[in-house]
Amino acid sequence: MIRIDSVTKRYPDGTVAVDRLSLDIPDRAITVLVGPSGCGKTTTLRMINRMVEPSEGSILLDGRDIRQQPVNTLRRSMGYVIQNAGLFQHRTILDNIATVPRLLGWSKQKARDRAAELMARVGLDTSLAKRYPYQLSGGQQQRVGVARALAADPPVLLMDEPFSAVDPVVRKGLQDELLRIQDELGKTIVFVTHDIDEAVKLGTMVAVLRTGGRLAQFAPPAELLSAPADSFVEDFLGADRGIRRLSFFSAGSLELQTAPVVSVDADAATLAARAEAAPYLLVTDSDGRPLGWSEPDGLTAGAVDRDRLLDHGRPFAPATDSLRAALDGAVLSPTGWAVAVDGEGRVVGVVSQQVIGEAIRAAHTRVARDSAVKAAR
Amino acid sequence: MNGFFDLPSDLQYGYLGLVGLHLREGLIPVLAGLLIALPVAQLCVRFRWVYPPVLGLTTVLYSIPSLAFFVVLIDYFGQSETTVMVPLAIYSLVVLVPAIVDGVRSVPQDTLAAARAMGFGPVRRYLQVQLPIAVPAIIAGLRVATVSSLSLVSVGMLIGNQGALGNMLYSATTYNRPALAVNSVLTTAVLGVLADALLVLVRRLLTPWMPPTKGAAR
Repeated sequence: MIRIDSVTKRYPDGTVAVDRLSLDIPDRAITVLVGPSGCGKTTTLRMINRMVEPSEGSILLDGRDIRQQPVNTLRRSMGYVIQNAGLFQHRTILDNIATVPRLLGWSKQKARDRAAELMARVGLDTSLAKRYPYQLSGGQQQRVGVARALAADPPVLLMDEPFSAVDPVVRKGLQDELLRIQDELGKTIVFVTHDIDEAVKLGTMVAVLRTGGRLAQFAPPAELLSAPADSFVEDFLGADRGIRRLSFFSAGSLELQTAPVVSVDADAATLAARAEAAPYLLVTDSDGRPLGWSEPDGLTAGAVDRDRLLDHGRPFAPATDSLRAALDGAVLSPTGWAVAVDGEGRVVGVVSQQVIGEAIRAAHTRVARDSAVKAAR
Repeated sequence: MNGFFDLPSDLQYGYLGLVGLHLREGLIPVLAGLLIALPVAQLCVRFRWVYPPVLGLTTVLYSIPSLAFFVVLIDYFGQSETTVMVPLAIYSLVVLVPAIVDGVRSVPQDTLAAARAMGFGPVRRYLQVQLPIAVPAIIAGLRVATVSSLSLVSVGMLIGNQGALGNMLYSATTYNRPALAVNSVLTTAVLGVLADALLVLVRRLLTPWMPPTKGAAR
């Protein structure tokens, strides 16, 4: 565990970048430091590998003061990823990744083998190994940056706004990739960002810092969204935190209805029977994939006009998606009903906004009860 | 005896001999200048306040005519090649020091921060990161210094046959053979162009990592 113990950073001109900050950063989890510019989040990160020395307070790594070991030994035990990757432009991709193993005295061959292994792990084609950084896209460079940080298998990874300079689509890919890698490797990651959505998506724990380097709140993202500590945190979270919080509730418990679902080749009797069930019917193709909505009397057995169906909106997968995805599907659907599909995209049922609303209330009640129980203990 | 490459015997060398002498007198000073400029430039990068006075000093030294240097240096080295090469080495600093300083300073902050964070000490950082990235700027400086040094060697004829190809200029007037002067000037120019081309080639070989658009410059 990394323990930041009432650390202050004061610069010679009197500015205070970090003000009596205390944080216990859990092992094998992603801890995100988030806040507006000037909140000291990067300074805090840089104090962990002693790129910046604290004016007061101390930082402990597994109970030992980080100043007890030589600074370069400390740094080589912590991977470091920065915004523009900071790659060595004069070295090949493979040699960039092999940097820290080489510093640690590994043989050239062993370091390169390791680098090649990491390229695969971060999703880089090994044909890029002999290229130079200028030949790679921003997203690829950032992947190299992550691979380079992981090369010597350090227990700790420090990431300073690593995905801020790439476009949103690439950023989402990199974030998903980081979560996947973290699932496999279980590093202790400290991640700095100014993007609260990124913080909520990636963080196991999120520390919100305010200007002047003081801690506003330190909590898991779901708690941050449901119970912001003060108006600063609430403002920083933005307007739709209620909706975003639904990301943390699984859609798996929703009660799905199958009665309003009919196959495109259903016979007249089935259609007539289903017409009783709901004001709208969802038509699927013969494999069970959704085609669109229709009023029951607009359907003729054996002659469904696919072009006249209403759009079915974006389906959600109850097994993996959250209530947020389900609600989004219902809101976007012209009928107010969301379509649930399995992993192969086959319809497993439909659910109304009303049922989703009840599930949301139930989830809130459950959380409130749980935290009441926790508080009582 | 009047062929283009036939030289009067008082030059003491044949044509190729003079070319060899010229290269030696022109290139050794640049090499010496580089060896002096590297640590001086590093001092200037490390301690910013050192740079302006160093820059001023090299400029002042550059403005001293070589003849004035010769007058002083003859006392120590006689009418020798060394007397010719010392001023040339000093002149090369005016180009090399700023070239290296700018090159080392052009290394992106991100790259330096990454190097520090990965546990590079100052020496490693200089040798493995800053210097290699500064190579294009250093070679750009070397090209100017080399060509100018090769053309300045000729002035050595003033102290008695120490100007290599430049000595032919003196012979040209003495023996009234203008062809010797033409030969001297042309050969010096060709040596300059060849040395320059060689440095460009070295730069290409040392910097496969440069984007071709930037690398194709001249």
